Amino acid sequence: MNDQLLSSLISAIVVGGVAGYLGSLMIQKKMALIAGPLGHLAFPGVALALLYGFDISLGAFPFIILGILFIWILEIKTKLPTETLTAIVFAFGVSVALIFLPLEEAESALAGNIANISWQNTIITLLLSLIVFIITKTIYDKIILMNISEDLAIIEGVKIKKYNLIYLLSVATIVALGVKLVGVLLTAALVALPAATARNLTISLKNYSYLSIFFGVLSPIIGLLLSKIIAFPAGTLIIISGSFLFLISIFMKNKIL
Amino acid sequence: MKKVVLKVSDLQVKLNNENVINNLSFSVSRGDFLTILGPNGSGKTVLFKSLLKLIPHQKGNIHWDKNVKIGYLPQGLTQLKLKNVPILAKEFLLLKKISLKKIHSLLRLVGISDKDILNKQLGNLSGGQFQRILLAWTLASDPNILLFDEPTTGIDIQGEKNIYTLLRKMQKRKDLTVLLITHDFNIIYKYSTNVLCLSKNIACKTKPLNALSSENLEKLYGMPVKFYKHNHN
Repeated sequence: MNDQLLSSLISAIVVGGVAGYLGSLMIQKKMALIAGPLGHLAFPGVALALLYGFDISLGAFPFIILGILFIWILEIKTKLPTETLTAIVFAFGVSVALIFLPLEEAESALAGNIANISWQNTIITLLLSLIVFIITKTIYDKIILMNISEDLAIIEGVKIKKYNLIYLLSVATIVALGVKLVGVLLTAALVALPAATARNLTISLKNYSYLSIFFGVLSPIIGLLLSKIIAFPAGTLIIISGSFLFLISIFMKNKIL
Repeated sequence: MKKVVLKVSDLQVKLNNENVINNLSFSVSRGDFLTILGPNGSGKTVLFKSLLKLIPHQKGNIHWDKNVKIGYLPQGLTQLKLKNVPILAKEFLLLKKISLKKIHSLLRLVGISDKDILNKQLGNLSGGQFQRILLAWTLASDPNILLFDEPTTGIDIQGEKNIYTLLRKMQKRKDLTVLLITHDFNIIYKYSTNVLCLSKNIACKTKPLNALSSENLEKLYGMPVKFYKHNHN
């Protein structure tokens, strides 16, 4: 295996695994909708990065943070359904980016590109993913309880707003890294697919979180190796393999549960 | 004279600029079984939430004895809402950071003899089983005061009776103080030591029989309501 493929694989595996783990916390509808607009919100940042030649994740991150603060504040202030806020944020991100991104640059923004990821970049990706993983592990039980009942969580002393924010920031970091991997259009799938697949296969929280990580890791491996064979962009293939795994899990569901 | 564990004086709570609770004063002593009775929208749940400091109050005082440990069962949490949460009953109880041994003793306490329930998905339990698991959850932190907000919503009559019988038994055994919101007059008649009536027009604290008098019920609900005593055996 050559070095380039190895660094691409490492980045894809850690980002995919942590994205899957984070995604397993998006159980109730309200949360599941967050990853989508965040990817799109990153679009202007990615566009800037491509235009001026700096790192895509670096461009994406501040825009995602802005977007998150925006959603967080809007949710508290307006009490509008998250779906509505999502639609607004989503459209805004895409349209701003399309104003100044030349179309020929759009492909790697839309579908990602990690074929040329550098070693330094891989190490940064690895470290950031590890940090997010540890944070997620720490807040996992509390967010699960919030998913079950916010009232119960509050009584147990869980500061809902604080944990929501920590969670959103973790999602933001992973989305910023994921944008490089699969592009702005597909990051939502990177977060949502593994957990959806896992949920078809188990009713236990422990297995569910393990399986989410497992599928988060598995589809990047399949996708990347496939892209070496059939020469399609890796990002697209990662999501397609993830979708296939999900389809398979639907058929297995009836046999297992 | 029993020890006062909760004293509420001149409580006023506003929600969206509307007065939900106005000038409410009452106290609860140790071992009391206080039922809160009133029509929908009379502020019963809001009262609980402000007692628990989940929502702020505008005026008045809520004073808890410093030795109280509160267990709270919120309104409207049913297994149906958790169908899509992949978590076993056991894993749910483990979120309380308690040992398996403690879980087993809690199950005995809430009258679950079938340990297999622990390995079922929380959202797939029957209504009665789910309420018992919730009860176990609430009891896990060894509370001495229980605040229950319509704990039997969505349970059939037999299940409901079981839950209340259980609650009563536990109250006696563990010397608990109970504050209960319910619409069930029979529960009030059979178990309550005191009743707090809450509505837009009146707020009163009285004994169960007075609370259930036709005259009082009409004042409370704004229309004639009659309570017929049943004898469950």
